[in-house]
Amino acid sequence: MRHVAAFGRFWWDFVVGDDWRAAAGVLASIGVTAALAAAGWAAWWFLPPATAVVLWLSLRRAIRQRALGVSR
Amino acid sequence: MNDGFLFASAFLASGVEMVEALTIVLAAGVTRGWRSALFGLGAAVVVLTVIVAVLGPALTLIPISALRLVVGALLLAFGLQWLRKAILRASGFVGLHDEDAIFARELADARGAAHEERAGMDWYGFTLAFKGVLLEGLEVAFIVITFGSAQGNLRLAALAAAAALVLVAVVGVLVRAPLARVPENTLKFAVGVMLTTFGIFWSAEGAGADWPGGDAALLGVLAFVVLVSFASVALLRRRRLALTPA
Repeated sequence: MRHVAAFGRFWWDFVVGDDWRAAAGVLASIGVTAALAAAGWAAWWFLPPATAVVLWLSLRRAIRQRALGVSR
Repeated sequence: MNDGFLFASAFLASGVEMVEALTIVLAAGVTRGWRSALFGLGAAVVVLTVIVAVLGPALTLIPISALRLVVGALLLAFGLQWLRKAILRASGFVGLHDEDAIFARELADARGAAHEERAGMDWYGFTLAFKGVLLEGLEVAFIVITFGSAQGNLRLAALAAAAALVLVAVVGVLVRAPLARVPENTLKFAVGVMLTTFGIFWSAEGAGADWPGGDAALLGVLAFVVLVSFASVALLRRRRLALTPA
């Protein structure tokens, strides 16, 4: 069981890293893109700016954590 | 056009990881003996080859749109991690990656570890080289498999990684020192941009979006990600300077 947990933790750290909100933001943005496409609207334009917003929020969080002395 | 982009991305990403793996193998070899370090390196390469050989063809059985959705989402989450670290480094909020400093730390750790011989090999040296190459190599395997399968050209992605391996190995043997002069921070920035670009492109396509201009839109996405990244660095630099006491 410990090995399964360690294996899961490894892949979580590998793909998601130390900011799960960024990964959640990515998934939500892809979900909106899929919804737009399913509704028959142009969907290509949504993901690039949504990714930029997710990145910027993640950068702000990282800087705030550093300012508060939270080492990650 | 996309094949060239695919090759360049897989080559750069693999090269950067291999430079880091080389530092660990060098530290293991210098302090614990080359035999155990090279066996550790060889064992890790075998494991990585098996992973790519098994998972790569298996992924090609999945329908391409579903594959691009999953691979794109994974690459986007993974690429944003790289890009975030690269932007934090470039803006001065995080120290730059320094291969010399890492080498010195690995040397000190390896010299301080107890000597334990098994099967004629120093176990610490073997494990250090094996774990280092395996962990760095897993990122290479992940990139090769995802890029190769989503683009339908696993062979080209594997070829790019193999070319990077040969280049880093040859330079490593010639120099016999950490490749500190490789502009690693710049390369990591470029790789973060490419992973994010491919992630956006494939996940949107997998979600059902049609890019205007088809595959040529990849260049537009690349330009957008580059612009956002440089703007982020500029804004964060300004913020850091404002926070620094005069």
